[in-house]
Amino acid sequence: MAIFRMSPPFLAGTNRVTIQMLQVIFAMIPAIAAMVYFFGPAVLINISLALTVALLAEAILLKLRKRPVKPFITDGSAAVTAILLAVAIPPLSPWWLTVTGVLFAIVFAKHLYGGLGYNPFNPAMVGYVLLLVSFPLEMTTWLPVESLADKPLDLHSAFQLIFYGQTNAGWVADTVSGATPLDTMKTQIGQSIAPAYIVNQNLFGSLGGLGWEWINIWFAAGGIYLLYRRVISWHVPIAMIATMFVLSGVTYLFAPEITGSPLFHLMSGGTMIGAFFIATDPVSGSTTVKGRLVFGAGVGALTYIIRVWGGYPDGIAFAVLLMNMLAPLIDYYTQPKVYGATK
Amino acid sequence: MTKTLGFFPGGLKLPGHKKRSTQTPIRKTPLAKRLTLPLQQHIGSAAIPIVEVGDKVLKGQQIARADGHVSVCLHAPSSGTIIAIEDHPIPHPSGLTAPCITIETDGEDNWVERHPVKDYRSLSTHEIRQIVRDAGIVGLGGAGFPSFIKLNPGVHHTVETLLLNGAECEPYISCDDMLMRERADGIIDGIEIMQYALRAREVILAIEDNKPQAISAMELALASRPHLQNTRLVVVPTRYPTGGEKQLIQVVTGKEVPSDGLPIDLGIVSHNMGTAYAVGRAIHHGEPLISRIVTVTGKDVPHAGNFETLFGTPISELLTYAETKREPDEAFILGGPMMGFSLSGDNLPVTKTANCILAGVDDVAPAQEPLPCIRCGDCASACPASLLPQQLYWHSRAKDFDQTRDYNLFDCIECGCCDYVCPSKIPLVSYFRFAKTEIMNQERERKKSDLARDRFETRQARLEREQREKEERQRQRKAALAASKAKKEQQEKAAETADADNKETE
Repeated sequence: MAIFRMSPPFLAGTNRVTIQMLQVIFAMIPAIAAMVYFFGPAVLINISLALTVALLAEAILLKLRKRPVKPFITDGSAAVTAILLAVAIPPLSPWWLTVTGVLFAIVFAKHLYGGLGYNPFNPAMVGYVLLLVSFPLEMTTWLPVESLADKPLDLHSAFQLIFYGQTNAGWVADTVSGATPLDTMKTQIGQSIAPAYIVNQNLFGSLGGLGWEWINIWFAAGGIYLLYRRVISWHVPIAMIATMFVLSGVTYLFAPEITGSPLFHLMSGGTMIGAFFIATDPVSGSTTVKGRLVFGAGVGALTYIIRVWGGYPDGIAFAVLLMNMLAPLIDYYTQPKVYGATK
Repeated sequence: MTKTLGFFPGGLKLPGHKKRSTQTPIRKTPLAKRLTLPLQQHIGSAAIPIVEVGDKVLKGQQIARADGHVSVCLHAPSSGTIIAIEDHPIPHPSGLTAPCITIETDGEDNWVERHPVKDYRSLSTHEIRQIVRDAGIVGLGGAGFPSFIKLNPGVHHTVETLLLNGAECEPYISCDDMLMRERADGIIDGIEIMQYALRAREVILAIEDNKPQAISAMELALASRPHLQNTRLVVVPTRYPTGGEKQLIQVVTGKEVPSDGLPIDLGIVSHNMGTAYAVGRAIHHGEPLISRIVTVTGKDVPHAGNFETLFGTPISELLTYAETKREPDEAFILGGPMMGFSLSGDNLPVTKTANCILAGVDDVAPAQEPLPCIRCGDCASACPASLLPQQLYWHSRAKDFDQTRDYNLFDCIECGCCDYVCPSKIPLVSYFRFAKTEIMNQERERKKSDLARDRFETRQARLEREQREKEERQRQRKAALAASKAKKEQQEKAAETADADNKETE
């Protein structure tokens, strides 16, 4: 007979932290493939670099904190943080940008708070926001989708750009990058150009940003897979998407000159990765059922507000961090009614 | 059956593993050489022995009497000689010993004279309760609460519904299933008596839908008694822990038992199927509770099944009889895999609450270091009491017991669903049990210190009062002395005598 624990229950479910994390990574694969398709192999270089740095930092920090390395390095949480951050950073960012972001996420946002399960803020978003406020220029220039690029970048040139700053042909990152659709929308609305006109430019697709719409669709598909596997619950993503849809819908109806369409907002930038992969982080989010609805709605509303009236083209990261702060409060006020409670 | 069912939040679909022990009919465990009977096999005070070492006893003879209200009698499961009344290891999670009566059986199995009741309707409710109490019947679902108390709704309540719990939701256990399949008539005998005793308006038999044979057996038995009014069988979905009293009530009636109340507050009394059977035997056959059906099952039990076993039979003999692959003293589980506890030791007896002995769990939870909580909330979605196990865990771990109470720790039924789903494999129920015990200890300490303070303050008051009285007397004496100075010498002498009197009384 196997040695079992001495206290009940003696039956164990198959649910494991590692399995959940691996499912999350698995669910991101189609969207990452789409990113590679649209922005070239630089995305993969970023992810590999982020993964390496994250796992190394995780191992060193665990050693320093005198924690067992194996169970924690294999839990997959550092890998998820690394990938989320890597896909949020512009593909041609210099290597030190990725390294700084990942190190800050793992060391400061995660381990200095006590490691897995103890971080009040989403580590990937802390890393992202640090980079965004410290290096705004590097963080807001994206590669155009391949069909728009004059010269598509091969793996070799991408590697050279990331690690040496320029290719053999003398290109620097600036030569090949430009503004994202969200950024363009924001800037041109600022110049009093009508959104309906803006979306006719070739940077935009039929739903959102060209390419970005597909990336968002694939992130949503991955998210639905996670829902199906019960890794995440529907409350956060649905609340977030619904809130963004309603807010942008109402604004679009009454003030079409200041906002893109609801579909544009759902299918651009980080909406879907935010809804299904970032705001659903259990550790830093709300944990009660009602609380998750509030949390998701909060992220959706703040994201939209920042996009339209804030100083940044996208607002997922700030929205998530702000809601992280409120999570304990939300949890406290959304406790479920206990069986037999007479109150 | 047409009425729509309610549901309870949370819960789990668990692999049943029940087929293993339902392939053979109920077998009788052979008579053991020695039967060891703990004096306390029920909730309440232990029974008091009424036999002495050396006494010859007959099967079914009372050997210990109930002590106080919440207590029941104990009977000799077989004929033989009392060879010891002393402490003996009992099936307790902490490996405790407790006073037990040990009988050396003579192999004759001679019954004491029994007094069957031909027509239970000739008995008063009170007489039925007395018979049930004298027969030593306790809840056989696992808790062991004296059943006669639950046949007495009290003057303030009327019983709307008598609920017979045949859910048996915990994996592996099949003793109620087999009892219903084989002895449906006997169970309904007991149910009739219970309904009569409680004056219950309706009777509901609830059985999980994973027991089709038991359901048809019970339906058949019910159909053969057309005189049974307002009695219906409700098939409930198989979901753990449907068999929890509060959960079953929620499923069957849609009502919730108030947090600080009892089912009777809703006009509901619930009993286990096995208990009903025992009540039937006690009234119709005059047999006290001396045996029960025990499921012996698990990966390591090739001849798993259900065994009608006399109380006091060593569990090890039962395991050997089922040809369990097992080292001497190897641990086994008493009860189900979700709420039972692990025991080792070969001389532990089968008691009234021993519904299942489990050797070898299939999807066993390995002993491992848990990961930190990642706040996924799966525990909260699985909790049938709608608690937040995660918050309870934080506060239990921090020994912040006031907070655990705020989060309704005492509404936890320790079903283990949260443990089961936890991706970090945190032993949540163990934390909750720890916190509950600590709180109860603190409560006890507080009561003790309240008592001590009360005692101290009363003593202090008494001392002060005595001091005041003494001063009063001295003052009076001085006054008397001063008055006497003016008087004559004889009068002075008289005053001194009074003074001496005063001193004596002091």
